[in-house]
Amino acid sequence: MKEPDHKPDERLEHLLKQSLPPTGTRPQAALDRDLWPAMLHRMERQSFAIPWFDWALLAALAVCLAAFPRAIPVLLYHL
Amino acid sequence: MPVLEQQSDLLQQFSRGDVDAFEALFRLHQSEVYRWILRIVRDPAAAEDLTVETFWRIHRAHARFDPARSFGAWARRIASNAALDYLRSTRQESELPDDLPQPSQPDPAISQELRRKTAYAFSRLPPKLKIAATLALIEEQPYQEIADALGVSAGAVKLRVFRALRILRKTLKQQGVEP
Repeated sequence: MKEPDHKPDERLEHLLKQSLPPTGTRPQAALDRDLWPAMLHRMERQSFAIPWFDWALLAALAVCLAAFPRAIPVLLYHL
Repeated sequence: MPVLEQQSDLLQQFSRGDVDAFEALFRLHQSEVYRWILRIVRDPAAAEDLTVETFWRIHRAHARFDPARSFGAWARRIASNAALDYLRSTRQESELPDDLPQPSQPDPAISQELRRKTAYAFSRLPPKLKIAATLALIEEQPYQEIADALGVSAGAVKLRVFRALRILRKTLKQQGVEP
């Protein structure tokens, strides 16, 4: 199998750098604000979210109770 | 207490789920993670959102972190995955950019139209190839560093860069540009 030529095309590389200059040369290259408040907000938002499997369990329970209504007193007795 | 010991304690506490330790690590590494993501996605607003997303993933995975290993390298790996997910989700939305950032030393032989066509062709590359080519050719990061961040070998990174250039050349030829 022929090995690919890894030597980059200099002309194409130059064209790329002219079209998409490195981010280090841009004014917003450094973070200019603390992101911790945004992180805290994200953590608080997620802590109130109910996982999908909890909803699935609740739905399964509702289906069971609808199919077997006589099970409701038994379930209440065991709660 | 020596700095290294302090750092080790911090990592131990973080891996046990201590939020104060997580906050300390967040403040220590947020700028570095942001810069790495910005190099990949090239959009400051998206880079800020993805920095928060990266640390959210880090927070959720705290129990899997090995305190004996480098937190920075682990964070960079997670950041690269978050950036890759972002590039995958925005790939179909990319349009011909109206205003491109000016290079520090503009080449008068390269027209604005040619730059736009090149930027557009580059934006259409498959995300995995695009990340490798961005980091290696535009940002000039060492191949081994890119490989560590992407979780592949340096050889795989070189191959991705080679494939990216081949696709880019082909796309530009289709637009009548002979690079």
